[in-house]
Amino acid sequence: MLRFVIVTGTPSSGKTSVMLHTIRQLLRKNVVVAACKIDCLETSDDERYRRLGIPVAVGLSDYICPDHFYVANLEEIEHWARDEEKAEIVVIETAGLCHRCAPAVNGCLSVCVVDNLSGIDTPKKVGPMLSTADIVVITKGDIVSQAEREVFRHKVETLNPRARLIPINGLTGQGSLRLYQEIIRYPAMETISEKELRYPMPAAICSYCAGETIIGKNYQMGNVKKVDFGRKY
Amino acid sequence: MLEKISILGGNDKAGAAEPIKWLDVRTGEVLAVVGPTGSGKTQLISDIEQYASGDTPTGRSILVNEQPADKYAESRKIKHLVAEVSQNMNFVIDMSIEEFLLMHARIRSIDNPGKLVEEVLEVSNKLAGEPLSNTDNLTALSGGQSRALMVADVALISNAPIVLIDEIENAGIDRLKALEFLTGNGKVVLVVTHDPTLMLLASNRVVMKNGGMNKYLPTSGSEREILVQLTNIEKEVSLLRNRLRDGETI
Repeated sequence: MLRFVIVTGTPSSGKTSVMLHTIRQLLRKNVVVAACKIDCLETSDDERYRRLGIPVAVGLSDYICPDHFYVANLEEIEHWARDEEKAEIVVIETAGLCHRCAPAVNGCLSVCVVDNLSGIDTPKKVGPMLSTADIVVITKGDIVSQAEREVFRHKVETLNPRARLIPINGLTGQGSLRLYQEIIRYPAMETISEKELRYPMPAAICSYCAGETIIGKNYQMGNVKKVDFGRKY
Repeated sequence: MLEKISILGGNDKAGAAEPIKWLDVRTGEVLAVVGPTGSGKTQLISDIEQYASGDTPTGRSILVNEQPADKYAESRKIKHLVAEVSQNMNFVIDMSIEEFLLMHARIRSIDNPGKLVEEVLEVSNKLAGEPLSNTDNLTALSGGQSRALMVADVALISNAPIVLIDEIENAGIDRLKALEFLTGNGKVVLVVTHDPTLMLLASNRVVMKNGGMNKYLPTSGSEREILVQLTNIEKEVSLLRNRLRDGETI
């Protein structure tokens, strides 16, 4: 039995800092935690997780979309964390790049981290990553006004009324106790196999997916979509 | 209606029971949280913000109207129990004061937001040294103007019943008026400070030591006399500052 915590969010929102504070609370209660960081070309976040003394795996997607790569590796991550590392909880931190993907999977606790500094229109732009999350963590509240915190929170609630909102200070860890409690309360599951993504991944397979680098119609094949310039957004 | 919050003592950093076992802060009262750096002031505030119920490192519990804080907040649909104003906070939204305050008021489902926005501005102007106007952009405000607007917004628009003022000693606003204004609007106010004037402006103070609440002291009559002296010194300093700024020699 393993609990999955899937962490997503905008770049530099404090995903790793939030999780480090939360994992420390879990370790204090002697819970066995493993962490897996998914990224594209390079990451140094794994070093930060390693300093906690927990097992850490890194998956670099390289030439593949990091979110597709992440989904394709969930069973392997489960095997590694549960069977090899004997973990009770695995924290998977995704790359957090494009705002089209939502890595949430049914039966896994999905945490989306956004920060107050990113602007009040960000929650809307983030899309399904935020709207399919179980928990939305809001960081960097210590440097903006109370009024903006309240407005930002409202924007998040409008987009995902179902989620629990937890303000956390990534520097001090203030607020991470509540995330810890949510994780502890979340049920473990037998296996992630056959579980379903809450939101489909974007389609791809065009010539650029296959390594094409030249611009122009003559070089485009497969699933190619064009801008509709007449459309009013 | 919020009547009081209670802090139930836990343990200090050494694991020993805190000398103060039960501390009430009532509506209209200002509690100063004092003590050297590292004495546990921030943790105390953190306990309140996180609705501690024996589950934080200090083992403290927070009650509101003698009810566990989370239950109180949930039953009244209060999303923020604690509103915070500190000198590290800024406005980051690129919008005029009026546009933003209207947005905040609408989110709080306040009737006649236009009138309220006027009031917020009026109060801000009483607190700030330099006048603010409705059309000013939030990001262009000075430190003092920002803090004044934050206090006025917290008092009139935000529904957080507890207000935490964190080290606003140098923020360039009328602190006495700000505190009067917040308590007058039915808030419980906690002030974390190293400034003797602010400590004595409070009705009571809790002295932190090694992570624990060590002493609870009311501001005495003789301390109030000292406060008058301190306030006079501050006025003098402020006069000198203005004269120097205006190019005078003294």
